[in-house]
Formats: sequence, structure tokens, C-alpha cells
Amino acid sequence: MLSRIAESLYWVGRYCERAEDTARLLDVYYHLLLEERGIDEVAASRGILEVMGVDLEQLPDEPDATTVTDLLAWDPSSTGSIASSLRGAWENARGAREAISSEMWETLNSTYRAIAPGSVRASGPAQHRFFAWVRDRAATLAGLADSTLSRDDGWHFLALGRSVERADMTTRLLSAHCGESLGPSRWTTLLRSCSAYEAYLRTYHRAVDASSAVEFLVLDRMFPRSVFHALSAAETCLVELDPRASRASNHGEARRLLGRKCSELAYLRVDDMLADLGREVESLQSTCARVHTAVADRYFPEAYTIEWSV
Amino acid sequence: MFAAPGRAREHYGALHGALQTLSRPDFEERCSARDHAFRDQGITFSFSGEERPFPLDLVPRVLGGDEWKTIEAGVRQRVRTLEAFLADVYGPGEILGAGVVPRTLVMTSSHYHRSVWGVTSRNGVRVHVAGIDLVRGADGRFRVLEDNLRTPSGVSYVVENRTAMTHVFPELFASHRVRQVSDYPARLLEALRVSAPAVGEPTIVVLTPGVHNAAYFEHSFLARRMGVELVEGRDLVCHGNSVFMRTTAGERRVDVVYRRIDDDFLDPLQFRPDSTLGCPGIVNAARAGNVTIANAAGNGVADDKAIYPFVPAMMRFYLGEEPILPNVDTFRLENPDERAWALERLDRLVFKPVDGSGGYGIVIGPQASEPVLEELRHKIVADPRGWIAQEPVALSTSPTYTGDGMRARHVDLRPFAVNDGNDVWVLPGGLTRVALPAGSLIVNSSQGGGSKDTWVLADESDRSGARGGFGTDADPAESRPRSVVAAAAARPPTDAPQATQASQQ
Repeated sequence: MLSRIAESLYWVGRYCERAEDTARLLDVYYHLLLEERGIDEVAASRGILEVMGVDLEQLPDEPDATTVTDLLAWDPSSTGSIASSLRGAWENARGAREAISSEMWETLNSTYRAIAPGSVRASGPAQHRFFAWVRDRAATLAGLADSTLSRDDGWHFLALGRSVERADMTTRLLSAHCGESLGPSRWTTLLRSCSAYEAYLRTYHRAVDASSAVEFLVLDRMFPRSVFHALSAAETCLVELDPRASRASNHGEARRLLGRKCSELAYLRVDDMLADLGREVESLQSTCARVHTAVADRYFPEAYTIEWSV
Repeated sequence: MFAAPGRAREHYGALHGALQTLSRPDFEERCSARDHAFRDQGITFSFSGEERPFPLDLVPRVLGGDEWKTIEAGVRQRVRTLEAFLADVYGPGEILGAGVVPRTLVMTSSHYHRSVWGVTSRNGVRVHVAGIDLVRGADGRFRVLEDNLRTPSGVSYVVENRTAMTHVFPELFASHRVRQVSDYPARLLEALRVSAPAVGEPTIVVLTPGVHNAAYFEHSFLARRMGVELVEGRDLVCHGNSVFMRTTAGERRVDVVYRRIDDDFLDPLQFRPDSTLGCPGIVNAARAGNVTIANAAGNGVADDKAIYPFVPAMMRFYLGEEPILPNVDTFRLENPDERAWALERLDRLVFKPVDGSGGYGIVIGPQASEPVLEELRHKIVADPRGWIAQEPVALSTSPTYTGDGMRARHVDLRPFAVNDGNDVWVLPGGLTRVALPAGSLIVNSSQGGGSKDTWVLADESDRSGARGGFGTDADPAESRPRSVVAAAAARPPTDAPQATQASQQ
């Protein structure tokens, strides 16, 4: 398939996943502020903005809940906001309309139009409905992709983008929990912001602690939002994209990085991981970034522009 | 729609009856369902920087089978003629040698490109797709207003308008047998396939300037419905006189490029050197016979408006036939006598730049202000080759839903033809464009025009087939069955209730 289209589909996958994960994160954060009376709103807000890569220098001194939802939900100029993610997905899909199904395009188009600049912003209790709506739309898109796209290269690029973004977002959330000794309630919050709490309870049948939460979010092989699962899914996509078997390790840089990281995680003890969680999370983040670069180098070569002199 | 106030024409009877039963709120509700559907599907166009749903008027235009037979035969004849003309001027030049079309006129056309002389596709087709703009004048006859042989657009709206109408007004279709329009992409694909350079399964692509082009929706629509890649110039690369597209699995050879980029931007090596939209080297690849460019480069010489007055003469020259669809009376301002005559009548004629499209630059004398006419006079004197003048046509009108209810609005018709080298197929229907502001004659969507679903009735067509079509070697008006001529004469000049108010002045 065309490199340009492949790149667009990869980004549709990434941006949709980012919008969904951000909505989930904000929803949990919003309810945390409401439920836990004693919580330090400024510190919590600062934490969440930092995780999402917002430049803290640019912030007001005391960010509060409004700052957070403005920057991460509505502000189209703030990278990482739901609005800008959905815009990114929409723009990429617009240039690749013939490569996705009409149903997907219509869903994405109507979603984007609903939050496009000039639309009414939800506030107060409506925020929860808004976040739920974003998750619904993302789920609809994922479902439509699943049921209307051929499992060709386009699909694999879409799924690759989604998996890389998912691994990235989960590690980002984890990084906010490094270096502090946190009570069980914060680990519960973390699990909930990954939609992992119920799955966790069904798996472990006991209260949340640091060790089991990290184990579930990073190493679990069955939970689809765990880092291991997301990275394996990304690796599978790359295998499908380049199915030529090779006797020596000549699989391309992205696949090598992913395969190596997955093997490492597969045999990692959670205690070793907890011993230096910060370093492990950083290494995961760097893997995600390097995989992205390697995929872009291999599949999305920049078209050179020829300049003419007359 | 009407033969006389309150009395619908025969083929409009069922539609008129169905619309009578609708209340205004009901109609409004259908309008909002339509806008909603168009917005969600992204069937929009930019109007002054704002994305609007494509304006489809919900009252369809109905063409009777007899009317359509004439249009179909006329469009087919027109495309065959212009195809022969292009093959001639980019080849032996017989018509120029015979003096039927002045050589200087062809050579001075801004769309005549020497660089594509002798470049032809395997089956010789240059006009893969044509859009022939027709208007119906005061005498009830359809006339050709202009030809579009470069990158005629609008066909996606024909198909999408029909889909929207079946969703919004299903009951109207129950009482009519409307010929379908949805097989256009399949016809186009087949025509592109047979024009491919090599035998075997060709790779076909649609070339678009990109998402910011006003017609991007259509480019994407055609690629999707034909199941081919939609490429931009930066996706293509030429070497060894072949065209390739960059894919995730390396470069892949391209055989047919259905391009929706103007000649000027197609190939910086041949045309505008500053273009970054096209593909450097594609014209040489076409000359080498390794790729087919559809429509061919250089077609603009045949739809140049200064060439237009010669099309009937071309028909006689190439086909030995008289035009089934006549031209609108046109004056060539290059000719000193005609120019002097026209300059005295600036406020009574319509003036068009010869190489324009999209309605840009047209001056309608009776509606123009004094300064505009004065400026026009200077332009014509400075560049007489660049302008033509036409008698204003009292465009027919059709009932259109406006904010004030149903009103008469001026319409034209753009049928689309696809030439596969053996046969010219005319899409039954075409794009009816409607000038939405009251009294306006400019129907282009870039200038505030809307559209109507255009129905060609199937059963009527069968009946007229049984009666025998029109001869192509004589004036069609004379070969019409008497009853039809009588009906045409008795019919008021427009198909609208307010015939007199809606006339041009």
C-alpha cells in the first residue's frame, strides 16, 4: 500500500487510542477530586499534566481541575488534548478515506464535528458524560475497524499505531506512580484509569498493592491494556507486515526492539521491576519512542521535494 | 415542471402529486435529515472558507424518455467529434489544412500544448470523461453551453444526491422508474482499464492535488468506488520513462493515471516548473507509451471557448452529421466586425473568457454595472482572442425549495460521458445545477449554486425507443414526430409556474 496512506492509518490508530485513554484518565481524575476530600488538587493536577507531557513552565502557578480539563480535553492547540487527538485522527483519515470503510469515516467525521472549535463545551456533571461519549466513540471506531476492514496491510498499520500508543499511555500513567510510596487507593486509581480494576479483581481476588498492580499493568499476558500485551500485539503486526522468514535475526529494527523488550518482560520478576520502577518505566518509554522511529524510517520515507531553478 | 399554471407536464405528474401531499414542516424535516447525512459523510464543499453540506434541492428534476434520447445522442455525437478533433490537431492536422478551423486559433489556445503532440493512449482515447454543459432555452430545446474535456467534476454528487434522495424521499421512487446512476465508477474503471498501455491487469490510480482541493471529496469517492489507490503527486516517481508509486513494499509500477490535476500542474518538466502537485516526467512516460494519462494532457484546446463556435463545422467535417444539440449563438471577438458589433452591445450580451471554467470571469451584460462593462471593454480590446460573446439564454427554471417555499430558479444540466474507445456511454441523468439566488444565472457551486437529483425515467425511454429515435443526419427538430413538436411549441418557455417573472431580465 502507499506509504503515505500507511502512515495516515498508523496515526489514525494512535490518535484514536490517545483520545480514548485520555478520556479515561480524565474521568478517573475528575472523580478522584470529587470523592477524596483531602486530596491536594494542585499537586494532583500538576502530576497529571506532567504525565501527559504538558510543559509545566507554561502553566499557571496553581493548576486546578479547570486547567486540566481545558488543556487535556478541549484545547485544540494543546498536544495530547482529546480535541487535538480527535482532530489528528480526523485529518489523517480524511487523507486516507479510500483506505478505510465509509462507516469508520462517518463515525470519525461526526465525532470530530461534535468537538470541533465552536462546539459547546461540557462542564460540571456533563463532563463525565463527555468522557463516556469519547470512550463510546472510540469503542465504536475500534469495533467498526474490526468488523469492516480487511486484514491487509492497512489494518496492520492501524493496529500497530493503536498498540504502540497503548503501551506508551500505560507506561506514562505508571511513570506518575514511580518514586513515591503510595497508598492502595492510588494504585486502585491507576488501575481504574486503565480500565483494569475489575479485570484485576477477577484475576487476583484481593486488595490492590504496588506489586500486584504493576505486575498486572506491565506483565500480564491476557489483559489487553497491559504493556506486555500491547507490545506483543505491535510485534505481531510487524510480523504480518513483513512475513518473510529469515534464519538469522534480520527482521528490521522495530521488530528487533519489540521482540527483545517482550522477551525481557516475559522473564522479568516483578520484584526486580519494583526495585527500580523508575528505570524500568523509562526503558519502556524509550522502547516505544524508538519503535516509532524505526517504523517511520522503514515504512514512511519522507517524499523528497524537488526544487527547480529556472 | 408545469405546462401551464397549476398543470404539471406529463412526466412530472406523479412527482407533482406526491409533493402536493407534503406539508411544509414535513418538507423541512426532510431537509434537515439531508443536511445531517451529508455532514456526517463529509459531503461538503468549501464556500468562502466554510465547510457546508453540498446544497441538494429536494425537488428532483425529471427528464422524459424522449428528451433524454436527444440529449444522449447529442452528447455522444459531441464527444465523438471532439475526440476526432483532438486526434487531428495533435496529429495530421487535416481540419487545419482544410481551413475549417483556423490554424492560428488552435495554435494560440493557451491549452494547446506542443509537448503532447503525437502522444496517445493505446486505444487512442483522449477524452475518457466529458461533461457537456447544456441549457434549455426559450424554445424548449437543449443547447450546448460549453464542453468540459479536461477534468470535469460533479459526478460524485450525481451518485450521492441519488443515494440521499432515496433515503430522504423513498416514497417518491415508488411511483417512478428512475434509471440508475450508481454504475458510473464501474464504467469509468472499465474505460481506464482498456486504455492501459500493456495487456494484462493494469494498475490504475486517481491523482489528486490533495485534501485541500475543493473537489477532494469526489477524487476520494471515485478512488473508493473503483477500488484503486488515491495518490498525490508526492506519492509518484518517474524513472526510466515509467511511473511508480511509493508503497510500503517499495515502488510499484503505475499504468493508468486518472488525474484530477490541471495540465499546468501535471508535470513541472513540461508545464509550470513551480508546480509541486504533479509528477515530474509523467508526460515523457506517456509519450514512451508506458503510462496512460486520463484525460489526456492538452485536451483544453478542444473546450477552448473560442474553438466552441466551430464544433458544428467539425461535426460536418469528421462525421458528416448535423448537430443534434445546437450551440448557443456565439460571437468571436477576434473577428473585427463581430467585435465592433459586440462592443456596442456590452449591456445586452454575455461575455466569457475563453479559457475559464467554474463560472469565473463571466460578465452578464444586462446585470453588470457601468464600471464593470467599461473594464470589460478595455480587456476585450487588449485581448480579443481571450473573449467570446453570447446572446443571453433565457435559462429554463425549475421549482426549488427556498426559505420562502417553492420558487422558480434557473437550472442547467451537465451530463457525463465516458469513452472507452468503442462506445461513448452517457450517464442517464447528470448534474442539474441550480442558481439559488433569485434571478441569478450562475449555477456554479463555487458561486452559490446548488444541485438537483436528475431523473431519467426508464419506462418513457422504452416507449420512445419503440417510436424510433431521431435521425442524426438531419436537423432533429424536423425529424421529430409532429406531436412532440406541437407540444414543444405549445409549452411556455420554462418549466416553471412563474414563467414570465423568471425570465432573464
